[in-house]
Amino acid sequence: MLLKTEALTKNFGGLTALNKVDFEIQEGEIVAIIGPNGAGKSTFFNLISGYYPSCSGTISFMGKDMTRTPTHEFASRGIGRTFQTTNLFTDSTVLDNLIIGYRSKTKMGMLDAIFNTSRARRDEGASREKATEVLEFIGLTEVKGQPVGNISQEAAKRLAIGLALVTEPRLLLLDEPAAGVNHGETNELAKLIKKIQQTGTTVCLIEHKVQMVMNLAHRIMVLNYGSKIAEGTPKEISNNERVIEAYLGGAAHA
Amino acid sequence: MLDGMKKSNAKLIAYGVLSVVAIAFPFISPNRYYLTVVTLGFIYAIAVYGLNLIVGYLGQLSLAQAGFFGLGAYVSGLLSLKLHLSFWISLPMAAVVTTLVALLVGLISFRTRGHYFVIFTLCIGVIINLVIEKWDDLTGGVRGLIGIPRPTSIGPIDFISLESQYYLVLLFLSLTIFVMSRIASSLVGRTFKSIHNSEELAATLGINVMRNKLLAFGIAAFFTGIAGALFAGYIRFIGPDISNPHLTFELLLFLLIGGQATIAGPLVGTLIATGLTESLQFMQEYRMVVFGALLIIIVKFFPGGLVGAAMKLKTKIEKRMNKANKSEDALSKGENHAAKNRGFN
Repeated sequence: MLLKTEALTKNFGGLTALNKVDFEIQEGEIVAIIGPNGAGKSTFFNLISGYYPSCSGTISFMGKDMTRTPTHEFASRGIGRTFQTTNLFTDSTVLDNLIIGYRSKTKMGMLDAIFNTSRARRDEGASREKATEVLEFIGLTEVKGQPVGNISQEAAKRLAIGLALVTEPRLLLLDEPAAGVNHGETNELAKLIKKIQQTGTTVCLIEHKVQMVMNLAHRIMVLNYGSKIAEGTPKEISNNERVIEAYLGGAAHA
Repeated sequence: MLDGMKKSNAKLIAYGVLSVVAIAFPFISPNRYYLTVVTLGFIYAIAVYGLNLIVGYLGQLSLAQAGFFGLGAYVSGLLSLKLHLSFWISLPMAAVVTTLVALLVGLISFRTRGHYFVIFTLCIGVIINLVIEKWDDLTGGVRGLIGIPRPTSIGPIDFISLESQYYLVLLFLSLTIFVMSRIASSLVGRTFKSIHNSEELAATLGINVMRNKLLAFGIAAFFTGIAGALFAGYIRFIGPDISNPHLTFELLLFLLIGGQATIAGPLVGTLIATGLTESLQFMQEYRMVVFGALLIIIVKFFPGGLVGAAMKLKTKIEKRMNKANKSEDALSKGENHAAKNRGFN
């Protein structure tokens, strides 16, 4: 398996945002995490991407423990992510965003920059090449010179995914990739996610658009009040009573 | 491709003209007073370039810079005055010591963010100022260091005349600008900018934020230390005042006027502001009224400073010219474009 969490827990003061969650992600699949608002989905993401330290429990990735690894090392170990609120370098162009995304793969330092060494030129070239390749993959070549502020919401979503892809992740974490885009664009994004999985990257996503999740995911985990209440194939989940109860409220039983 | 070549040619010409003016200045300067002012301006400009790296590119407002300037000046001054070391040893020593102190300060201060970082570095500046002022045995306290030797001559080249000192400072300024422009245009500079833009995103992309912050802070202090050492060798009398936080705010003013995160900004800002200071001497303390108003206008209407404003104007004009050029063949190309857009996936 690719990623494994055991009894993963996060408290914010007195509030338990995530309570002893055991979860596994297999290589090559698309898994989705769903649940009502405040269920702990984003917290779970923030823990497995190293954004927050966990309070207890363990995270292991490709057999290595990553529970105490600092944030910036997650990318080099092979975990890339996007944020719920589309997070981009707003001062730069589309291409420059992707170029800087490749920075952790390059080795040039200050002296290379000052003396413009062959390593500096090689790294700049490699970054540009990788950025161009990803640009093509996410279909934004047309707007590569545009400042990020000028592109559409859907293009920004694609770019955020591209930014994570530039780091060449084994596991890509997508936090609500289709939030705030219309139906047609959602389908296009779903296609892109499928394409990413087909190139060998494992994808784990949080999404509220149930239709998209049901079509896309091989497996789904459902969180509610910080705990895992169900896990299974889309079919199993859509028939699970606890899930229906969580989404429609206890009143559905009465 | 042709456009790019045109652009780099224009740049080369601009640099050439500037270099000729800078080299010819001692000959065209109407009197020695201007030469003194410009030399001093160049020294401050080197420190402002350091500040530009951390404030403009990295986006961390450090108020410890006068402390580093003073540190560089005192280390160089003490080494050449008390240990009779050559200027060519004391200057690099000043730069190294200042960098080491800055790295130590950075290790602690970069654990704080935003306002806390600003206040923390201000405190560091005040502490350095106090140490210099109170360590009477070493620094001479409020009396300062008097009679610091001139920069040591190299073979037949001495630094006695005002002109030769001007060229010495100009050499260091050119080196500073060269290094800064190399950094700014490289991946390293872009990394600093990305941290400025979003620390969280940079870290998520695998960028070691702490290490990059320390790097920028260290380089900034290195050049500030050099500026301090040049100051000591040029003025040849230094007092604790040169490490006073007042100077930090002056350097910051120069940077804001010129334009942060630009390569020309620090030099333009420093020269204009020092020129203005000198020409407003007759107003004495009241000239701060002029600076206050100027600063408010710049921060409010030209957040990119004078250079930023000029660059904006340039892109606007270029865009308009491009539009005029392209509007003719746009019609024929338009269809092509739309077809490509449809074939998105």
